[in-house]
Amino acid sequence: MTVQHTGTAGQDLERIDGVAKVRGLAPYAYEHQVDNPLYLHPLQATISRGRIETIDTTQAQAAPGVVAVMTHLDAPRLAGTDDAELAILQSPAVGFRGQFIGAVLAETPEAARAAAALVRVEYTEEPHEAELRADRDDLYAPEQVNAGFPTDTRDGDPESAIAAAQVVVDQTYTTPFEHNNPMEPHTTVAQWVGDELVLHDSTQGVHPVRQTLAPVFGIAPEKIRVIAPNVGGGFGSKGVPHAHVVLTAMAAQRSNGRPVKYALTRQQMFFLAGYRTPTIQHVRLGADASGQLSGIIHDVIEQTSRIKEFAEQTAVPARMMYAAENRATSHRVAKLDVPVPSWMRAPGECPGMFGPEVAMDELAEACGIDPIELRVLNEPDIDPESGKPFASRHLVECLREGARRFGWADRDPQPRSRLVDGWYTGTGVASSTYPARRQTGNTARIRHDRAGRYSVQIGAVDIGTGAWTALTQIAAEALGCNAADIDLQIGDTDFPVATVAGGSTGTTSWGAAIIAAAQAFRDRHGDQPAVGAHAEGEAGENPAAQEYALHSFGAQFAEVQVHADTGEIRVSRMLGVFSAGRIINPRTARSQFLGGMTMGLGMALHENSVMDPRFGMIVNHDFAEYHIPTNADVRDMEAVWLDEVDEHAGKLGARGIGEIGIVGAAAAIANAAYHATGIRVRDLPLTADRFLA
Amino acid sequence: MKPFEFQRATDPSEAVATATADPGTRYLAGGTNLVDHLKLGITAPERLIDITRLPLDGIEELPDGGLRLGAMVRNSDLAAHPQVRSRYPVLSQALLSGASGQLRNAATTGGNLLQRTRCVYFQDVTTPCNKREPGSGCSALGGYTRYHAILGASEHCLAVNPSDMSVALAALDAHVTVLGTDGERSIPVTEFHRLPGDEPNRDTVLEHGDLITAVELPALPAGTRSAYRKVRDRASYAFALVSVAAVVDFEDDGGAGTSAGPPTFGTVRLALGGVAHKPWRATVAEEALRGAPATEENIRQALEAELAQAVPLHDNAFKIPMARNTATAVLRELATGSGTGTPTPENREQP
Ligand SMILES: Cc1cc2nc3c(=O)[nH]c(=O)nc-3n(C[C@H](O)[C@H](O)[C@H](O)COP(=O)(O)OP(=O)(O)OC[C@H]3O[C@@H](n4cnc5c(N)ncnc54)[C@H](O)[C@@H]3O)c2cc1C
Ligand code: SF4
Repeated sequence: MTVQHTGTAGQDLERIDGVAKVRGLAPYAYEHQVDNPLYLHPLQATISRGRIETIDTTQAQAAPGVVAVMTHLDAPRLAGTDDAELAILQSPAVGFRGQFIGAVLAETPEAARAAAALVRVEYTEEPHEAELRADRDDLYAPEQVNAGFPTDTRDGDPESAIAAAQVVVDQTYTTPFEHNNPMEPHTTVAQWVGDELVLHDSTQGVHPVRQTLAPVFGIAPEKIRVIAPNVGGGFGSKGVPHAHVVLTAMAAQRSNGRPVKYALTRQQMFFLAGYRTPTIQHVRLGADASGQLSGIIHDVIEQTSRIKEFAEQTAVPARMMYAAENRATSHRVAKLDVPVPSWMRAPGECPGMFGPEVAMDELAEACGIDPIELRVLNEPDIDPESGKPFASRHLVECLREGARRFGWADRDPQPRSRLVDGWYTGTGVASSTYPARRQTGNTARIRHDRAGRYSVQIGAVDIGTGAWTALTQIAAEALGCNAADIDLQIGDTDFPVATVAGGSTGTTSWGAAIIAAAQAFRDRHGDQPAVGAHAEGEAGENPAAQEYALHSFGAQFAEVQVHADTGEIRVSRMLGVFSAGRIINPRTARSQFLGGMTMGLGMALHENSVMDPRFGMIVNHDFAEYHIPTNADVRDMEAVWLDEVDEHAGKLGARGIGEIGIVGAAAAIANAAYHATGIRVRDLPLTADRFLA
Repeated sequence: MKPFEFQRATDPSEAVATATADPGTRYLAGGTNLVDHLKLGITAPERLIDITRLPLDGIEELPDGGLRLGAMVRNSDLAAHPQVRSRYPVLSQALLSGASGQLRNAATTGGNLLQRTRCVYFQDVTTPCNKREPGSGCSALGGYTRYHAILGASEHCLAVNPSDMSVALAALDAHVTVLGTDGERSIPVTEFHRLPGDEPNRDTVLEHGDLITAVELPALPAGTRSAYRKVRDRASYAFALVSVAAVVDFEDDGGAGTSAGPPTFGTVRLALGGVAHKPWRATVAEEALRGAPATEENIRQALEAELAQAVPLHDNAFKIPMARNTATAVLRELATGSGTGTPTPENREQP
């Protein structure tokens, strides 16, 4: 007889942190009570390249409430300066506008801010470059791109195949500078207790912060404790510690042991918290008249900061998405005097599925076939990139299920053929994909606290995704008890080592460690463990990854309306159908998918960090000017998934869902906008002016 | 933020006397614009006088049939007022298209009239800006100008006035009542905001210390129709790319939508937002349409004539067709009686 436990994996469990959050009782980094804190306000460079000649802090030092002003002249020396983003205040050099050049510490945030305005800085300016253009002569091929992928790939002779093809699409697509903009700003509260550094940090990984900062400060990782029980979103921008963590910890070395608090302003987040590079994507597709692809070329131009390389893996999805005998992909990068780019939800896949998925729509039209049929026609038997079989590839099912639910069969392919109440209305589709990786280096600890109750510890972080809930459910299933019997403990380096909440790997990688720990616990202590019994478990690599290509897939559908007079564009309907392996909690999963799709909607219609190259500065650096979707922009949006367990994705059977929701969404919307209006816009975002007649 | 003295006004004349005597004093109303500016360092007053407790928060009917709106009436309350909704829908719609519910609950009539431009350079003290710092230069020249002016700009400033409410007030020929040290005076809204010229630091004709006490709406002839339509980069909570306020009546007394064809315009009052340093009364178009049949062709031509004087900038040439099309749509809808000029479902926010 199997006992049915409540709240185990797969069940629709309410967020266990939900009530506390709604009531405002769940502390975020800034809200942790610390004794007698000081407040930090940074000094930021107002040039894009050059050096500080003089920095006059006299007035600021004398301002009311000010305790200290720190600049490169007197800041603590860092032990490790290899990471130029983190090596702040070590020299007078300025690498980008907005870079930290100092900090004021004061009794109140207002006093710190007021005093910061009193510091006078003189610079020697050097000419700077802040504009990404395809015709730059200094583009280079990085050694590899993010996540360790090769910069370029080549199979066969795609140029000749495309030259000989019956139907060719040869177009350039662009995506703009975008900023992650989680609701909770990047925040650090730092205190040195003896030789130990304690950080309350808004981060996607407490252990990664510790591991990154230890060499910077030249101390053992164990001397750094990082605490983050609740985090208000990150979208990749809190995946690695940025310079503000170093700045705050440095300032805390000058505070006589007092804790130092710093929350970035929204404006500062546009300089100092990472962002997505703009991309210029040249896509070439060659096919026969039926739409069968013979050649795919995806050449990407993007940027990094001159002081630190981050090369997004934008062309990577084109390597595995569709079958074609001949294929080439490349990344070329410009080093500019701009802030340091970083991860932003689905780095690589998100921008990299825009150009090609719009190109597929263009190819379908050129061949006169349905865009879903075109994709079905070009399904590969095995992973074109690795040559391995796919562990599970249900793209076609997603497309078919989506078509059925969305009413695709009734679609008249003719563009600009439906005018509804003054709005041109059309529909579009695009594929989605995201790799399923498992991170190694996760350990969980389980202890039998009292009769039937278990504490489960792992230094993971819930960045708003639902990890508190999902990991509790996984632990309950693995231990064979109710979710209510699990006391999950996460968000602290006092708990065993865990990897970053990123790359859609959190639930699967941490979950694998919890399952391993539960197994070890039962092996050692059986079903009637003594109180105090405990065990640890560590998750290794997923052995199936040697044999199989592991990816999730999805189909994005959008209905778009464009106003015939004003050009205004709205997404009236969106449907995502995903194949992501086992779903641990339908409630939190749905909100991950919808969140991703909403962010994709924002990418399609709104998000655009405007770089003024004269200043080397993003000028629309607040929420009034940098647009993300409002409630009124998100109308009928639905996410569903195939009922599936991926037997090759480890014992959990899940592949991770944090990112796939954004991938392909912008392309589906752009394709729908074309169908609505007959106007093909290849540059994001799709704003009203593009559709005005 | 620089420390400042805070004081609460109980009497309008006293507040005016105090403020006029001290150039470092500013009035604080809803604070939704001013407090941002304090934080950003755009302005650093020595003293703030909170004027929200002044008895200026009433809406009264005037003997001539108009309406007097107290300067302290909150934007939400004004938009929801039954008289405003039924007689001046253009104003109610304009208010509801602005900002967000929370901001409208705080924002006041007086403060809305005086909100400053959202030019991104004005709002960033690390860049030159003639409006913020006279003589420092205009960063928008050669910079990001999607939200900037196509009409009435000068080489010193290209900024636009961001208020929705003011556009409706301009089309309504409303008057601003101002209390100065010499007593009260009345200024037409159309003359209240300035074009930048060589003094872009001055948004309006007010002198330091002047207190807005009310806005007066004139009575409208029977059969008048009005509407506000705002075009923006997202469905809600964004400043206008272009907006249109129209107040029209018809010679054939509202024969709109009859089979006899389009009605004939009587008076047309048309104001454009998002295009200039002040709400732009489209007088050329108004003149052309007065007494003209409300055909698509006539309306379009009138707007083409109005916009012939437009000078587009690097990023905003689209505003010319956008303003033309939007105004045409609004006038067409008012003439045919179809819709309220706000055809987007999400525009019809209920107060
Ligand atoms: C994120 C955001 C989005 C917004 N979106 C929109 C939008 O889409 N459309 C729109 O129209 N507006 C928008 N606004 C602006 C908003 O409407 C204004 O901030 C608001 O109307 C200002 O009113 P207030 O009472 O808060 O003014 P305050 O901020 O208190 O004052 C503004 C100025 O007016 C002066 N002042 C106030 N009252 C008087 C008076 N009676 N006499 C003399 N001087 C006075 C103050 O000294 C100050 O200089 C937005 C604002 C924000 C923050
Ligand atoms: S347009 Fe006006 S407000 Fe903007 S930078 Fe130029 S002077 Fe300043």
